[in-house]
Amino acid sequence: MAAPGVPAPTALGGLPSDEHQAFRLMRFQLRDYLRSRRFLLMIALTLAIAAIVTLVVAHFRGGLVSSPAAFYGSLWGGGVGVLIVFAGIIYGGDAIAGEFQNKTGYFLMGLPLKRGTIYQGKFLAAYLASVTAVVLYLAILLLNGIYYFGMNAFPWQLAASLLLALLYLGALLGTTFLFSSLFKTSAYAILVVAVLFLFGFSIAQVLVEDLVKIEPWFLLSYASPVIGNIFSNPYPSHISSGFGVTTYTATIPEAILIMIVYFALTTLAGYALFTREQFT
Amino acid sequence: MNTPSLTSVGLGKSFGSFVAVQGLDLKVEGAKCVGFLGPNGAGKTTTLKMFADMIFPSRGEAFINGISVRKDRKHALSHAGVLIESPEIYPSLSPTEALEMVAEIRGVPRGEQPRRIRSVLDEVKMLDWAHQKVGRFSKGMKQRIQIAAALVHDPEVLILDEPSTGLDPRGMAEVRAIVREQRKHGRLIFMSSHILSEVTDVCDEVALIDRGKLLFYDTLANVTARFSTGNAQVDAVFVRPLDPAQVTGTIAHLPGVKAVELLDPKRVRLGVPPGALEQAQVLEALVALRLGLVSFKESTGALEDVYMQQIARGD
Repeated sequence: MAAPGVPAPTALGGLPSDEHQAFRLMRFQLRDYLRSRRFLLMIALTLAIAAIVTLVVAHFRGGLVSSPAAFYGSLWGGGVGVLIVFAGIIYGGDAIAGEFQNKTGYFLMGLPLKRGTIYQGKFLAAYLASVTAVVLYLAILLLNGIYYFGMNAFPWQLAASLLLALLYLGALLGTTFLFSSLFKTSAYAILVVAVLFLFGFSIAQVLVEDLVKIEPWFLLSYASPVIGNIFSNPYPSHISSGFGVTTYTATIPEAILIMIVYFALTTLAGYALFTREQFT
Repeated sequence: MNTPSLTSVGLGKSFGSFVAVQGLDLKVEGAKCVGFLGPNGAGKTTTLKMFADMIFPSRGEAFINGISVRKDRKHALSHAGVLIESPEIYPSLSPTEALEMVAEIRGVPRGEQPRRIRSVLDEVKMLDWAHQKVGRFSKGMKQRIQIAAALVHDPEVLILDEPSTGLDPRGMAEVRAIVREQRKHGRLIFMSSHILSEVTDVCDEVALIDRGKLLFYDTLANVTARFSTGNAQVDAVFVRPLDPAQVTGTIAHLPGVKAVELLDPKRVRLGVPPGALEQAQVLEALVALRLGLVSFKESTGALEDVYMQQIARGD
């Protein structure tokens, strides 16, 4: 009991719901991201990609500015995919591993949060931080578009493509979080995720298509070109052959399904791994 | 209102074939400070981590205020402030922001937060740095912010893992003063340490663990009495040097004094009965001698003797 005359403490207030806690954790984690060097790095990469795109278009023009759909199909579709990969590496690569290495996880684990709530809060923060880069890139492309096409610069496919890009971002971050949950050292986690997304998926796709000669429906990199392909009219054929090589293109429903399945499976697996992690 | 409590039932943890903690049955209850002592590798931090659900028990269960930590970590930890393994706060946040995050997650009402945050920052003497980035702080400053974070919701239970380890002497003294202050707020403080003087200085009770096994849990006075000659030991410090004749002739014959040893010209160690009443009588008698008594407190040396004796028994 408390010493005489001293009221015994009672924890202040009631505990918020899991969703509220995840949202509040996300808010502060996002604030940390937005003040970090990695955010500056991501902004610098976004501006660099946008600058290259702007210069290329200004210099070559030609087919790139033949129509708004061709413009966005090439420049948005090509650029945002790369940008999302970088965002995944930068924000997701060590999102979980860093909690062990930097010992910030030991701080969070002392709080009355379910482990899953920590995972959700961090995922949402990484997602929103990545979205800032996507939005910045889109804004620069829109300014370019307005310059070349005036107010006709907004084909309907752009909204659909943006949604697909956001879905791809979710799937990619889900995968990076899964790999991040496997490591307790930031450098390993970032390295593995970077190699996987910059080279691994592409090499696997080439091998599967050209050597095994099957449709690589199980690779996330197979789904991502839909972000640019959606601007094509007609949409590229699912299977095309030429010079003895068969090329596969994911249909829109197929690409959406691949991304959703990747998001769901990797998020569940990462979540399950994190809830079993021990802070030894 | 609950009486704050920490309970472990058959708590055990193995890492492969290495048994870190075995069959720990412990019930710590009420507003007090309990020192959790043991040599390096004894299982102290492992035990505290199981109480905070940072690692999972291989056997048994840990409870905070009767709530199983493993089954309901969210509600169990809502009663506790935890500081284990010198954790880090997101470096770009200021102490105020970090404490806001903790307060929001813990559900401290919005209107209450500024007052509460200011109060705990004041308590750990970090008000002047309330808006600086935590990433620029020294280890001692970070430790104080972590203690503030553990206190921001006015918890009933405080779990502290060697809170002063790694700090300079001033930092150690400041952290001890903060912990000592917490005893006045009616909290149950469970603090691991391998610094015996710290435990003697701050704690009311002591639990000793070695090689994963609990060797004893009792009040400091009972522990020293039980494992020594049946007497508790207190160190008395005087403002003036004592004449050795005063020590052997006068002090040694005071009622209740069972043994006396001159440690240095101004300091004696007394063997006294373990009861508080008897010790109060000895204190009054010493004061009455007008020798310039300035301090009378439980001897670190006594606990050290018990500690060494118990640890050596296990070797």
